[in-house]
Amino acid sequence: MKRQALIGVVLFAVLAAMPLLGDAYTLRLGTTVLMYGVLAMSWNFIGGMAGYPSFATAAFFGLGAYVGAVTQKFGVPMPFAWALGGAFALAFAGLLGMALLRLRGHYFAIASLVVAEVLREIVNSATDLTGGGMGLNLPVPRLATVEAQAVFFFYAMLAVTAITFAALLATTWSKLGFGLRCIQQNEAAADMIGVNTTLYKTSAFMLSAVFVGVAGGVYASWVHYIEPPDVFDVLHSVKPIVMALLGGVGSVFGPLIGAGAYLFLEEVVWRHLLEAHTAVLGLLIVLLVLFLPRGLLSLATRAKGLAR
Amino acid sequence: MLWLQVLTNGLMLGGLYACIAAGFSLVWGVLNVINILHGSMIVLGAYIAFFAYTLWGIHPFASIVIVGVLFFGIGYLIQASMINRMIAAPVLLTLTLTFGLDLMLNNAMLVAFTADFRQLVLDPPLGVMTLGPVVVPVDRLVAMALALALTGFLYLVLSRSRVGRAIVAVRMDRWAAALMGVDVRRIYAITFGLGTLMAGASGPLLAMIFPISPLTAPAYLGKAFVVCVLGGLGSVPAVIVGGIVLGIVESFAALWFGPEHAITVSFALLILFLIFRPTGLLGKKGFE
Repeated sequence: MKRQALIGVVLFAVLAAMPLLGDAYTLRLGTTVLMYGVLAMSWNFIGGMAGYPSFATAAFFGLGAYVGAVTQKFGVPMPFAWALGGAFALAFAGLLGMALLRLRGHYFAIASLVVAEVLREIVNSATDLTGGGMGLNLPVPRLATVEAQAVFFFYAMLAVTAITFAALLATTWSKLGFGLRCIQQNEAAADMIGVNTTLYKTSAFMLSAVFVGVAGGVYASWVHYIEPPDVFDVLHSVKPIVMALLGGVGSVFGPLIGAGAYLFLEEVVWRHLLEAHTAVLGLLIVLLVLFLPRGLLSLATRAKGLAR
Repeated sequence: MLWLQVLTNGLMLGGLYACIAAGFSLVWGVLNVINILHGSMIVLGAYIAFFAYTLWGIHPFASIVIVGVLFFGIGYLIQASMINRMIAAPVLLTLTLTFGLDLMLNNAMLVAFTADFRQLVLDPPLGVMTLGPVVVPVDRLVAMALALALTGFLYLVLSRSRVGRAIVAVRMDRWAAALMGVDVRRIYAITFGLGTLMAGASGPLLAMIFPISPLTAPAYLGKAFVVCVLGGLGSVPAVIVGGIVLGIVESFAALWFGPEHAITVSFALLILFLIFRPTGLLGKKGFE
C-alpha cells in the first residue's frame, strides 16, 4: 500500500520536472500522455474495478469540454469553468448511472456508447449556445509566450492527473474498491452479502466521469477550439480501454503505464503511417486482445513466477 | 395522404433494416459477441456490387450471390482463427477484438476506395410505380423484397436444416448441445459465417439505394443495434418486427422533427427500450 503511494509520488515528481528539460514538442506530448492517463484511470473505476464495459468516456469528455467552453464564453474564469465541466459530468453520470447500470454486458456497453452520439447530436443542433457544427473558439489565456502557455497547460493537466491518481489509490484501498471488485466477480453474491450494488456502481460511474469532465475542460482551453465530432469522438471512449488493457485492467499503475506505452506507439510507430493510422491501432488492439489480454503488468508477474 | 406515403417509405426501409440486423442478431444471440465489424462488412459488400456493376456489368442482384458465398468463407475464417480463441473471455475483450478488426477493415477501405460517396446507378433505371396516392420507387421495392427474401432464407436455414437446428441448440445450451454430439466450435464458425454472409449480402441491396462510403459503416452498425434492441434478440421474426418498427419510426421522425433528427429519435428510443424493456418487443427473457 505504502509502496504504491511512494512510487506515485516519485513518478509525479519526475513528471513535474519535465518542463525543465523539454521543448514545446515534448511538453505537448507530456500534456497528451497525462490526458490519456486521466481518461484511462477514470475508465478503470467502472470498467476495471466494477467490470462494467463503459464506452461513455467520450460523452463525459465532450460534456466537460463544452461546459468549460460555454461557461467561459459567459465570463466564468478558466479554472472555475474547468471545475464546472467536472461537476456537470459528475451530475450527468449520476443520473445516467441510475438508469444504465441496471443493464449488463453488451446492453450496458451499447447504451453507454450511444450516449455520446446523442449528446453530439444535441450539441450539434443547439447552435445558439454551442456554435453547432461550426465549433466554438475559446479565449486564449493572457500569457507572455507560447512556451509559457505550454508549461501552464502541462501543469494544469498534471494536477488533474495527480488528483485522479490519488482518487484511484484511495478507492483501491477503501471499502468502495473492495465492493467494486466483489461486484466484478459476482454481482448477485455481492448483493447477497450486503454490498449496496446500485450505490457502489453509481459511485464508480461518477468517479469515472468527474475527472474526465475536468480534463475535457482543460483540453478545450488548451487547444482553443472545439467541435462536436472532435470532443465526442468515439475514439475517446475506445483509446482509454485500449490503454487500460495495455497496462493491465483493474490495477493502480496499469492505466498510466498503458497511457505512456500507447502514446509511445502512437508517436514512434504510426506517425510515419498517416494513412493507415487507425488500421495500425486496430492491429494493435487485435494483437493485444489475442496475446496479452492481461496487459504489460502481467508480463512482470509472469517473469517473477518463472524466476521462482 | 402524406402519412400513407411516409408509412410506405418506412415499411420499405424497415425491410432493409431487418436484413442488415439479421446476421448481427444471430451472432449476438448465439455467440454472445457484439460484432462491431458488421457495418464495415455491409459497406464492403456494397463496394463489391458497385465495382462489379461499373467494371464488368454484373447486376447487383447477381452480386448478392457472389458476395454471400465469399463472405460466408471470410466470416468462417475470422471466427475459426480468432474469435473462437476468445469465446469464453469477458464481453469487453470480444467487443474490443471486433472493434480492432473493424478499424483495420474500415481504414483499408478508406485507403483503397477513398471517403468519396459513390452511387450505383442502374441503367436503365427501374423507375417508379404509383399505387393510388402512393409513389413507390421500384428499386426500393425490389430491394425490400430481396431483403425480406434473404431474411426468410436465414429463417429457413435455422428452422429446417440440420446445421440450423444445431445452431439453435448451441444457442439454447452449448453444453447440452456438445453432449448431443454437436461440434460447438464448428457451429460457432458457421454462425459467424452466416452473420457475415447476411451483412455482405445486404450490401448490394443498399448500394442500389444509398450512396456508398466507408464513412457510412457506423450508421449501419447503429441500425443493427437498434433493431436488435427494439425487436429483441432471439429469433428472425423479432428482427423483422424490430426492423419495420425502426423504419416506420425513422420515417415519421423525419417528417415531424426534420430528417436531421431521425437518428437522435431512434437512439433516444433505443435508450428508453434498454431501460424499460431490455428484452425488446418479441424477445425472450433470460438473456443478459
